[in-house]
Amino acid sequence: MSRKLSYREAMREAMHEALANDPRVFLMGEDVGRYGGTYAFSKGFLDEFGPERIRDTPLSELGFVGAAIGAALGGMRPIVEVMTVNFSLLALDQIVNTAAALRHMSGGQFSVPLVIRMATGAGRQLAAQHSHSLEGWYAHIPGIKVLAPATIEDARGMLAPALADPDPVVIFEHAGLFNIEGDLPDDWSADIRSARVRRQGKDVAIITHGGSLPKALAAAQTLAEQGIEAEVLDLRVLRPLDSESIAAAVAKCRRVVVVDEGWRSGSLAAEVMARIMESAFYELDAPVVRVCSEEVPIPYAKHLEDAALPQPEKIVAAVKEMMG
Amino acid sequence: MTDHHAAAPPSGPVPWDKAFALRLLTDMLRIRRMEEKSAELYGAGKIRGFLHLYIGEEATAVGALHALAPDDNIVATYREHGHALVRGMEMGSIMAEMYGKHEGCARGHGGSMHLFDARTRLYGGNAIVGGGLPLAVGLALASKMQHEQRITACFFGDGAVAEGAFHESLNLAALWKLPVLFCCENNLYGMGTALERSESQTDLCAKAASYNMPALRADGMDIVAVHEASKQALRTLRESAGPVFVEYQTYRFRAHSMFDAELYRQKAEIEEWKTRGPIHTFTARLKAEGKLTEEEFLAIDAAANEEVAAAVAFAEAGTWEPVDDLLKDVMTPPPPAPRPGGGDAGSPPAAAPCEG
Ligand SMILES: Cc1ncc(C[n+]2csc(CCOP(=O)(O)OP(=O)(O)O)c2C)c(N)n1
Repeated sequence: MSRKLSYREAMREAMHEALANDPRVFLMGEDVGRYGGTYAFSKGFLDEFGPERIRDTPLSELGFVGAAIGAALGGMRPIVEVMTVNFSLLALDQIVNTAAALRHMSGGQFSVPLVIRMATGAGRQLAAQHSHSLEGWYAHIPGIKVLAPATIEDARGMLAPALADPDPVVIFEHAGLFNIEGDLPDDWSADIRSARVRRQGKDVAIITHGGSLPKALAAAQTLAEQGIEAEVLDLRVLRPLDSESIAAAVAKCRRVVVVDEGWRSGSLAAEVMARIMESAFYELDAPVVRVCSEEVPIPYAKHLEDAALPQPEKIVAAVKEMMG
Repeated sequence: MTDHHAAAPPSGPVPWDKAFALRLLTDMLRIRRMEEKSAELYGAGKIRGFLHLYIGEEATAVGALHALAPDDNIVATYREHGHALVRGMEMGSIMAEMYGKHEGCARGHGGSMHLFDARTRLYGGNAIVGGGLPLAVGLALASKMQHEQRITACFFGDGAVAEGAFHESLNLAALWKLPVLFCCENNLYGMGTALERSESQTDLCAKAASYNMPALRADGMDIVAVHEASKQALRTLRESAGPVFVEYQTYRFRAHSMFDAELYRQKAEIEEWKTRGPIHTFTARLKAEGKLTEEEFLAIDAAANEEVAAAVAFAEAGTWEPVDDLLKDVMTPPPPAPRPGGGDAGSPPAAAPCEG
């Protein structure tokens, strides 16, 4: 029996389960306690688990992300919540120079079993300092895993394997997904290795992740009404990328549109395209195209923000142009 | 250019028995001889990259680390050869790491600036100025949450005090009452920038005190003062159940790294500080008090030189990690049969230092 749940509730349940089952797990971040979490993901946790395990931190991203790395080294299993990816830039030094590097730099002596969760993405008119999609940057970095749960199952299922992972895992939760509702199947367990086909098709493969998944699915629906069957591949895991699933989608559909809310230049979409060039070029019937964000700091005004982001109409247009 | 005068010379009897006093002297000499050799090997092209010598500052690491328990955590900087050695790492594994050899403590992945040792709980070797402080705060948080007695000692220079990481870390440690010993090795310069050219407030203890933590100052050229202050700091740490800050006032006799023309300080200043060198002053005191004979000193020094020679031979005989293993330790290898999804929260802590 499946049950109806929001993305927020699914992630909240996942954290609750982790806190209840493993005394090493604790949650830390700005306003995770008394406030109940910036996005209410941890509402009620402080009362249930107490201030030792639900730790409100000062406004010091570098300090508390670094402290979480230390706590992970010391035997704990911290979940760090960073309010948004924009603020995570203040902690980038600790994430890149310490968490990601420590295992290799120490000759394999120390690994960092840390989970960092953060909100990402635009669509809420929060303008240029709260709306960016920088997961492609993070996916550039060896030594960490990068996840982008885009469905109710993944919001519920990806945290446990992330916490069980011996290395740092960064989870990007697109703020546009928090209120989506869906049926959580009985078996919601998830891996953190593979991409997943969210819609079967044969004419074109739309490869996407995170907040762009619902847009890709909406585009696929429109295309189906016009007789074009689009397959939608949700990358889910942005590092390491599941190259096999990408190649399989190319082999099946022979045409590919990559949809990525990151900016076009140097984007994750560019990496997906490069992999296709390297391994599946001769399977293609047409050059790969992509729908990315416009190269502009995300603007406030709704019409401008909408225009800056990938939208279902842009995806549909890109597919139709490609199909000729 | 401001003159940095050395503080008053040490006075009073050494309050330790002979065996302990000689142990600390021995450790200072071991560091000194190892580093003198390292400088030579750098010139010979055997050691490459950045090499930051601790020569002149030995009393700080030796005095402070001998106040700690074996299972305390240590976080250090890129100027950490001495800390690694005093902590109990084999000199050979340190030397081999500086050579970039497979037999080095980090298999040649880190070099001089990144000495790590799980066995002695040395968590690096951090080459980001200030980068170790948040890590130390977290290690202490883990200890507190797991009701362990261990404390975390974090070494950093005066330059780190200007970084945001310093302020964020002191605040967190004090706010959460974490057992961190913040050991500031104030050698008066961050590379070529003198403290008063980088800080509006040069009283570093005042900065720490502003975060509501006890702060002590010790003459870092005097091993007795360093050790006694460190013990005092640890007592305070246990009594107050929170962090303590210690400023060790010391001086680096050599260049910042091997690429430093030392345009920012006067020769006379260095020479003046050298008269306060921690090894020869302590040696003289012990001799004056009848705790050390010249023969004993020569024997200790000869043993240190032998240890260095053996470490160099070990490094020379070392091998290069096969390039096929280049990517081996970027991520933990997946377990043989991965369990599909689901909570696997009961797995053993991968973070715990893997023995051996
Ligand atoms: C974040 C950062 N900025 C700059 C540097 C370059 N750098 C390396 S050592 C150093 C001086 C640091 O001085 P201090 O903290 O006093 O330590 P000391 O070298 O004197 O032991 C600088 C600026 C660095 N490694 N990291």
